[in-house]
Amino acid sequence: MSGTMTIFKRELRSYFATPVAYVFIVIFLLLSGAFTFYLGGFYERGQADLQPFFNFHPWLYLFLVPAVSMRLWAEERKSGTIELLLTLPVTMWQAVVGKFLAAWAFIAIALALTFPIWLTVNYLGSPDNGVIFASYLGSLLMAGAFLAVGSCLSAATRNQVVAFILTVVICFLLLLAGYPLVLSAISAIAPQGVVDAIAGLSFLTHFESIGKGVIDLRDIIYFVLTILVWLYATAVVIDMKKAA
Amino acid sequence: MIETRQLTKRYGDFTAVDAISFKVEPGQVLGFLGPNGAGKSTTMKMVAGFLAPTSGSATVAGYDIETQPLEAKRVLGYLPEGAPSYGEMGVREFLDFIASVRGLSGDLRDKRVDDAVGRLHLERVLEQPIDTLSKGFKRRVGLAGAILHDPKVLILDEPTDGLDPNQKQEVRSLINSMARDKTIVISTHLLEEVHAVCTRAIIIAGGRILADATPGELEARSRYHQAVSLTAGNVQQARDALAKVADIASIEVDPQDNRITAFPKPGRQIFVAVSDALKAQDVAVRELALEPGRLDEVFRTITQGATGKEART
Repeated sequence: MSGTMTIFKRELRSYFATPVAYVFIVIFLLLSGAFTFYLGGFYERGQADLQPFFNFHPWLYLFLVPAVSMRLWAEERKSGTIELLLTLPVTMWQAVVGKFLAAWAFIAIALALTFPIWLTVNYLGSPDNGVIFASYLGSLLMAGAFLAVGSCLSAATRNQVVAFILTVVICFLLLLAGYPLVLSAISAIAPQGVVDAIAGLSFLTHFESIGKGVIDLRDIIYFVLTILVWLYATAVVIDMKKAA
Repeated sequence: MIETRQLTKRYGDFTAVDAISFKVEPGQVLGFLGPNGAGKSTTMKMVAGFLAPTSGSATVAGYDIETQPLEAKRVLGYLPEGAPSYGEMGVREFLDFIASVRGLSGDLRDKRVDDAVGRLHLERVLEQPIDTLSKGFKRRVGLAGAILHDPKVLILDEPTDGLDPNQKQEVRSLINSMARDKTIVISTHLLEEVHAVCTRAIIIAGGRILADATPGELEARSRYHQAVSLTAGNVQQARDALAKVADIASIEVDPQDNRITAFPKPGRQIFVAVSDALKAQDVAVRELALEPGRLDEVFRTITQGATGKEART
């Protein structure tokens, strides 16, 4: 456990030792604000809720989270520090989880810094803060799922650009798994059972259902499982490279 | 102690390390020698647990690196090739991180880090980001990270690469000072390093062990071993004098500096006979030396013989 925590702390600190953290946070805040007010029609709707704010999170994450996750393992491999890390007395799982948690905590910090919008909506009216809390939770879980996908793909290559693009594509497919774009392509080649199963994997449907304010255990389990599966895949990929 | 049994690494059809077996005991400093691409680093990576062997096994202090990796890594200090470190971190921060991962905390951690910092003279750069340091400092930071938990077994991949001659000397005396109770393996291109620190040398090329001996024994394989070299005022006169010595097999003259080398017949000692013959003929000799043997020549003979063989098959 202490190995995970030590790696976690080192990683998180390293985000703030480079411009990565500041650029990411500033862009994230600017874009989420712009989307909410201009595209989401925050004022025009005349409703005291944060739906216009949260609706754009999946699309923001689609490009910003892979930018964070692409360096997770690709950079370690490129700079050779992966050799240092994996010859220290930590298990593969500790390293994978420690690095993932640091990236997740970093995104959580960025997400928490959107609090002024929550203050704004509470100042303007009386929103259902339960729904807002649930949406924040759903947003964070979804970011974690994106990150876990990115972690696996970052482990598969030493090239950060490749890791970024692959992560965007796979996350895009996972986002829209419940929508015709993906489903109609699959229903042409697979039986209905498979189509339903894939529809059930959609990030978007689970995120939206949490966003309605109903924290269904199944949605939370879905995201946690997704994260664990992709992290496990990360460890498997690194192990395979070790034996290759 | 380090022991490998039939350690092998294949990449597709290419065999990088071919059934290497060796054993290093505490108190020994083993030098890994070989041309680039010989399989030195691959072997070290496997022993350190970064690469999984295709077949065979390696143990560190009795722990199998594949089945008991954590136990093995705890007693092992490893400096990877190129001494990688996290560039954005400060030196002190980086060493603290390594120490924490190794389970050191509080006063003990500070003491160990201070000790490693002192041994590698890093006091001046403690707060600097590693990225901003010179190559020599980076290498020493990596070394400090490898030794700070006082490991029983040390594997150092080119520990003196990129250091200036003074720093090389310091790192060598550091290795010597740790050698007594530790098992140490270093890889190097520098033959003088083998003399300076190693009690034993393994020469590998093409993934195979071609020689495993003490530096002295390796030198004895040189054709220069027990040869006598001299510089004389009059080269022809000196050659004539040497021609009378029965145990000399051949004489060579270096065309550049006119240094004469006399090679003995196998198993013969010629130093005294040569010096007597020169005196008897009254040859003016500026310098006369008994050659211990040349490691570089042995290295070349051994490794080029091996690659030549491979090219033919």
